[in-house]
Amino acid sequence: MGRDRALSAIVEFDSVGLRYGTGAEVLRDLDFRLGRGTFYFLTGPSGAGKTSLLKLLYLAQRPTRGRIRLFGEELSEAPRDVLPGFRRRIGVVFQDFRLIRHLSAFDNIALPLRIGGRNEAEVEGPVREMLAWVGLADRASARPATLSGGEQQRVAIARAVISQPEILVADEPTGNVDAEMAQRLMNLFVALNRLGTTVVVATHDVGLIAATPGAQMVRLENGSMVDPTGSLRNPSPSPHGETRGTS
Amino acid sequence: MLGWLFASPAERRLLPGGRLRGPTPFVIAIMTFAMMTVAAAGLALSNAAGLVVQGIENRFAVQIPAGSDLLPRALAAARSAPGVVTAEPVPEAEMRRTLESWLGPAGVDDQLPVPALITLDVGANADLAAIAKRVATAAPGARFIAHREVLDPLLRAIRVLQWLALALVALMAVATSAAVVLAARGALDTHRSTIEVMHGIGATDVQVTNLFQRKIALDSLAGAIAGAVAAVLVLLLLAGGGTAFAGDLMGRSPLHGLDFVMLALLPFALVVLATGVARTAVLATLRQAT
Repeated sequence: MGRDRALSAIVEFDSVGLRYGTGAEVLRDLDFRLGRGTFYFLTGPSGAGKTSLLKLLYLAQRPTRGRIRLFGEELSEAPRDVLPGFRRRIGVVFQDFRLIRHLSAFDNIALPLRIGGRNEAEVEGPVREMLAWVGLADRASARPATLSGGEQQRVAIARAVISQPEILVADEPTGNVDAEMAQRLMNLFVALNRLGTTVVVATHDVGLIAATPGAQMVRLENGSMVDPTGSLRNPSPSPHGETRGTS
Repeated sequence: MLGWLFASPAERRLLPGGRLRGPTPFVIAIMTFAMMTVAAAGLALSNAAGLVVQGIENRFAVQIPAGSDLLPRALAAARSAPGVVTAEPVPEAEMRRTLESWLGPAGVDDQLPVPALITLDVGANADLAAIAKRVATAAPGARFIAHREVLDPLLRAIRVLQWLALALVALMAVATSAAVVLAARGALDTHRSTIEVMHGIGATDVQVTNLFQRKIALDSLAGAIAGAVAAVLVLLLLAGGGTAFAGDLMGRSPLHGLDFVMLALLPFALVVLATGVARTAVLATLRQAT
């Protein structure tokens, strides 16, 4: 039983703490596992540490204490050179989008595929398809500065999901889009989740959480995890009953 | 190995900005120009010193204080000595003309005593002591003077200038490296947000480095070509004005075939240096980042 749980956990945090410089700890004693192929909403008040936790998840930050295992590998102190391989298995939607301003929407979305070594013939089709999916087929050559906030957010989401990551991390991904587009994007996340992607979405939008059946909630308060039932230490299997191999 | 040099259009778009933007091409152009002209001067000096040494290595002067009375005997003794190739007296009129340029009209005054002088060229393995002894026997008090000894201070000065030229070229290479490091760090700073995004979605340090390395290599190549063209033009101008002088002095061109090859390779060596330094600097900076 314990071995099954270990196998199904794609993210494992053991006594993880994080501080920036010499400041106080922004995350304390995080001790949880995220099940493979599960959908999580990360909630909590502003300043609770949601963005910091996401940074640890997408390997932009190393913990100052504790251990983090992703995809079954201990990565807290992993050499810098091995991290890119793991980052390619994680899709990230940044709160501030972080689109490259001198690249077109097409090039921004294609970036993960190109960095992953795909040639142009393998890039064109998926990127066009993704552009159509997020409703930006006619904006392929537009630069971010000419796109609205919502359009930029959709490009950022398309970039995060184009390579069908094993983990998708999104920080307020629907903050700048209307309700209809927000629901479409959540449907995309759910579809990815059904294909085996573990999805972690930080949001304040309770409507969004309510409209996503089967999702689990993770709550942070003052840098600590609120887990009264202990379900995050022993995650239940994916509601979709599917897992994805660690390719 | 050189795959980084041939980026796809998509990779080229990641770092915007055309050629000749930023300081690198201009720094490299100036350094190439300076290095080529200094190196050409050093090589010409080296060749001149070689020719001078070649010309005087086996040449001696025999000075006979008693003047022309002992000259025929000394000349006969020198000519009969084994190892002597030629022995020719220096005409007194020529010596007085030379003195006139230093002493004025007093130099041609018959009252001024002028020693007799014989110029000797000896073979490579000649026994100088035996020759000197034979001449001294025929003309007591004769002094044997090696031309090499007279010109040694000049040759030493030329050698110092050669080393100075080499040191200047090395210093300019160091200065170029420092400028490239600063330019690379500046470029990294300018494109920090792009690098963060690339790293965030799984780009390796080498992938990021290749972009900057390629840009700096192409900028350096453009600068090196411009600097080399300017240096060649200046050297041709100098050669046009100084060929007669150099030809009179050396009897041939001051630069040889191998020198031209070395000078032609210098800009490319500078490009290779700049590219290598850029790669090292970018990788080191990226590794310090996180």
